Amino acid sequence: MEYNNEYNMDLYPEKLHWQEGDLTATRTTMWSGPGCHEGCQIIFYTDKDGKLVKTEGDPNSPFSQGRLCMRCLELPEIVNNPARLKYPMKRAGKRGEDKWERITWDEAYDIIEEKVRKFQKESGPESIVSMIGTGRNVSQVIAHNEYANFGGADLTLCFLSGDSCMLPRTALCYVIMGNQWVADMSQFRDKRFEEDPEWELPECIMIWGTNPVINNSDAFLGHWIVECMKRGSQLITVDPQLTWIASRSKYWIQIRPGTDAALALGMLNVIINEDLVDHDFIDKWTYGYEALSERVQDYPPEKVAEICWCDKDIIIEAARFYAKAHPSTIQWGLAVDMSKIGTQTAHAIACLAGVTGNIDNPGGNILIDQASGLEFGYNSGIEYVDPEKIAIRFGNDRYPLKKYGFTASSQSDAILEAIETGEPRPVRMLWIQSSNPITNMGQDAPRIYRAMEKVDFICVVDLFKTPYIVACADLVLPCAMSNERDCIRVWFDPLRTLTKCSTYYEAKEDEQIMIDLGHRLAPDKWPEWVKTSRDYMNWRLQGANLPYSMEDLEEKYHGMLYNDFRYKKYEKGLLRPDGQMGFMTPTGRYEFYSTLFDSWGMDPLPYYLEPPTSPYNTPELAKEYPLVLTTGKRSFEFFHSEWRQPDTTSRELHPYPYFDIHPDTAKKYGIENGQWAWIENQMGKMRQIARYCDVIDPRVISTEHGWWFPEKEAAEPSLFGVFDCNPNNLIPMCENGESGYGAPIKCGLAKVYPCTPENMTPENQPTYQVTAGSGYSHGESHKTDTPSFYDIPDSQE
Amino acid sequence: MAKPGEYGLFIDYEFCSGCHACEVACKKEHDMPKGDFGIKILQDGPRKNSNGTYEYNYIPVPTSLCDLCAARVAAGKLPTCVHHCQAKVMVYGPIEELAEKAKKAGKKSIAIFTR
Ligand code: SF4
Ligand code: SF4
Ligand code: SF4
Repeated sequence: MEYNNEYNMDLYPEKLHWQEGDLTATRTTMWSGPGCHEGCQIIFYTDKDGKLVKTEGDPNSPFSQGRLCMRCLELPEIVNNPARLKYPMKRAGKRGEDKWERITWDEAYDIIEEKVRKFQKESGPESIVSMIGTGRNVSQVIAHNEYANFGGADLTLCFLSGDSCMLPRTALCYVIMGNQWVADMSQFRDKRFEEDPEWELPECIMIWGTNPVINNSDAFLGHWIVECMKRGSQLITVDPQLTWIASRSKYWIQIRPGTDAALALGMLNVIINEDLVDHDFIDKWTYGYEALSERVQDYPPEKVAEICWCDKDIIIEAARFYAKAHPSTIQWGLAVDMSKIGTQTAHAIACLAGVTGNIDNPGGNILIDQASGLEFGYNSGIEYVDPEKIAIRFGNDRYPLKKYGFTASSQSDAILEAIETGEPRPVRMLWIQSSNPITNMGQDAPRIYRAMEKVDFICVVDLFKTPYIVACADLVLPCAMSNERDCIRVWFDPLRTLTKCSTYYEAKEDEQIMIDLGHRLAPDKWPEWVKTSRDYMNWRLQGANLPYSMEDLEEKYHGMLYNDFRYKKYEKGLLRPDGQMGFMTPTGRYEFYSTLFDSWGMDPLPYYLEPPTSPYNTPELAKEYPLVLTTGKRSFEFFHSEWRQPDTTSRELHPYPYFDIHPDTAKKYGIENGQWAWIENQMGKMRQIARYCDVIDPRVISTEHGWWFPEKEAAEPSLFGVFDCNPNNLIPMCENGESGYGAPIKCGLAKVYPCTPENMTPENQPTYQVTAGSGYSHGESHKTDTPSFYDIPDSQE
Repeated sequence: MAKPGEYGLFIDYEFCSGCHACEVACKKEHDMPKGDFGIKILQDGPRKNSNGTYEYNYIPVPTSLCDLCAARVAAGKLPTCVHHCQAKVMVYGPIEELAEKAKKAGKKSIAIFTR
């Protein structure tokens, strides 16, 4: 159903800038921070002083089509927020005391230069590690800066255990199909939906472990699915809780957190045994179907229903619907990554798309590379680093997927252990760009907090003074926000530009910091003319032999260049450098049976393992902590730990953290709707406000992440209350499976009990217990696939 | 200036995701203080009906502060809630046209608010 809301296009000219009354309009792309990693097209309105006063969605954009979510609509509140970092600062007191001295950029660069040279000399450049937050617009910078300027090769997602955000799925895709897939919503062409002559409406969209209308993850705008729903697509939603989109689905599979692999294998069992597969595709293009057919016999729907706590008939019916519909597509999300078997879970789900032939077909799961083939990710500048340093990246010795370069990053858990133990080598310096790891990205937040004591020098580039900065940083650099940056952004297609339209005090673009440091630290690697971010973009475009400049992209392509997207590339010889048909894998086929996993001594087929702590794996522990704890429930108001400033509209609409609990469970434990409650397990505790929810399993609770309270005092032991409501007090680090990817982040155990005046004293607050005492943090590591270190030993059979 | 009841907002709330974009766009366009809204998302559910189906609806309701974006409309733009609606389920126009549209859509879950 289309309602033809006609935008008045005369008012939205296809130009980079125009004047609207007193305001200057700039038509560009939004990319965090703050915000998200979506890249919606936005119009920034600035006043005569260059201050951002208003935003609108760009109706010219094929990508976002005039939409904006609430965060970009309230953007000026964050951009002009008085609490933003304005100047470089160096620590004046002890870490945690919140005492700072304002310094100039030159002084800041002097400090960095001195430290980098010292650590390079004393411990080698491999003692300098760079870390990044999620999908922030710095993946090109964090890498290029580490490789070219510091000379090290270690960079990673900032203490995210098992790199459990997209990387497990991405790595799996590269192993079994040599590329990666996304659900086809016609997003890679500028004529969308029925205007694209080749695109087909998916008959079935299976949404797996994501709430797409809220999180817009991985450059995929969730409301595209709503567009397909209006046109008649039907949905299957796999989620422990009835989300809004689940309520509009033909099938809602209410799954026990962490059991997704079992569910996918159970659905495969139905599809294979009922012969609902695409034989033509399987015969011509895949490898290992027989072996997969045998493996799925271990997962009959009855057994899977028991494992997953869901209804057997729904599994069977949903599997049939997914297989019979044409085309069918899968939009998967973070929950796939966040178990110890993240890669295996992704493998099982990828087999669903494979056996039904929904690969690279219109309306299926389409294979996509980065726009214009431009490397703007973790391999930016890789040519500058000594290959020996790449070979000794943290985690390489343990995980073949890392060793053989399936995603170019080091393993977060291995870095934490190196910091703690000095083995296999010390970490002397952390360079952190836009991550707030004790607030949301790192697991076992108290353990990370404590480990930082061992690092000689920590420099953080960020937007606000975060709890991590107060607790751990020695030097803080203020960074520019999206509207203050000249940049190119690549995440799938289209290639997009960000055009600077304002500045803020002394905040600098991440690129500018890298370039300035480059000319000091490694002048031989930086052409003299590359002085600004814009220069950098043009230099990179030239280096990739692309026939356009940043200015061409802005002016001629209106800030978004669509490359030529083609379907069924495996039939056209477009997936392999040798031009042969097929996939870029050792067999040239879509591998149900992974020959690479096999050669690395891993299980070549997908499988299921119980979460390390669970009612079945650790029944004794589950007596004390009877509920399954899941976390990371998204809200429209926030992007991870961002937008928490008390004066934002986000906090007006969502002032406190909430967790969802079934009323029967809540009443059993004496918790009222709207009451603060403690959530605790064998690792630690935190508190959130109970929200009664009829559509969650009574054995499961679902909590929010990313909470800190900028309105509270910064100095320890207050530390913005960062540990008080933090689910990462209850989740381990270093609990990874055989691939090194994935961690049990969304599938732990917990108990709940009401907050009372007696247990809410200041000494009972987690932040106090962690910062002023020795509370929490397990501090042990676990490296095998047997149940984990925090098991109660006698619970084992 | 239109008389009350002549113009309004049409909302197909089957597809309203409750994303708050309309709410926040409106607040920002009108520079409203905390606590004021020109349109507010009301929520019904989630709950299970006795027949096994689920009820889970967001229904945006314009408040007494909604002026149908008079200034924007005079400048030739769409009301900002309509412009930004992420599900694209809002229409602004004369009531007769909206009623006609609702009839043509031939479905449940459409609300028309006069202002
Ligand atoms: S999804 Fe929202 S926050 Fe992200 S770029 Fe788009 S409008 Fe901005
Ligand atoms: S029409 Fe304008 S004033 Fe009325 S609710 Fe929408 S945005 Fe607010
Ligand atoms: S913007 Fe649209 S989809 Fe979002 S809450 Fe408002 S009416 Fe619903």
